[in-house]
Amino acid sequence: MMINILLFANLAQQAETEKVSIEVNSALSVKEVRTLLQQKVGKLTGIENALLAVNEEYVELTGQVKDGDTVAFIPPVSGG
Amino acid sequence: MKKYKITTEPINNQDVIDSVVHQNAGAISVFIGTVREMTGQKQTKFLHYEAYVPMAEKQLERIGMEIQEKWPSAITAISHRIGTLQISDIAVAIAVSTPHRQDAFEASRYAIERIKEIVPIWKKEHYTDGEEWIGNQQGTKTYPAGHPEEVVK
Repeated sequence: MMINILLFANLAQQAETEKVSIEVNSALSVKEVRTLLQQKVGKLTGIENALLAVNEEYVELTGQVKDGDTVAFIPPVSGG
Repeated sequence: MKKYKITTEPINNQDVIDSVVHQNAGAISVFIGTVREMTGQKQTKFLHYEAYVPMAEKQLERIGMEIQEKWPSAITAISHRIGTLQISDIAVAIAVSTPHRQDAFEASRYAIERIKEIVPIWKKEHYTDGEEWIGNQQGTKTYPAGHPEEVVK
């Protein structure tokens, strides 16, 4: 199954991409997605401070991710 | 006009104000956030904003709903611009209408503070001596639970 990952601001800059897809065998937690992501694109400094969203809703690190979901790693925001 | 909008176009303040006009409103409070040139010794040349647009619009709408829970007759509209902005350009415009002035002042303050907490928008400063993504407005905040307070339903 496929998980879509979105990166923004300094995380996208470090990864040199805003979108990453990972193939996994079973449902997993956001925390596990975070680990797999960095195995794929390399260590992302500051990702542990990112807010987490699945399908555009904030979730906890333990939030579950299933086939087709979009996981976003949201660096501390600075709008306004 | 959409009440909660992320836009690449310049913001028209009057459009934001017009969208909260109501016959039972006795006050409309407007907050306008603009691009500042000097931050301490740092001189900004221009700014770049990016957003997770669909989620950012949902979070703006959520702020409007929170305001309506706290101040039940309030009507809120928020437009935030993204892309490249020059000094004194309008980054955000917030309008809140309420029956009485005190609530309008408080609610517009609430809206801008909440934008800085929960709306996925990022600012990149292009200074005269380099560039930097701004992590948060204080530069000190971390989220060990993965989110700010009170955002997970």
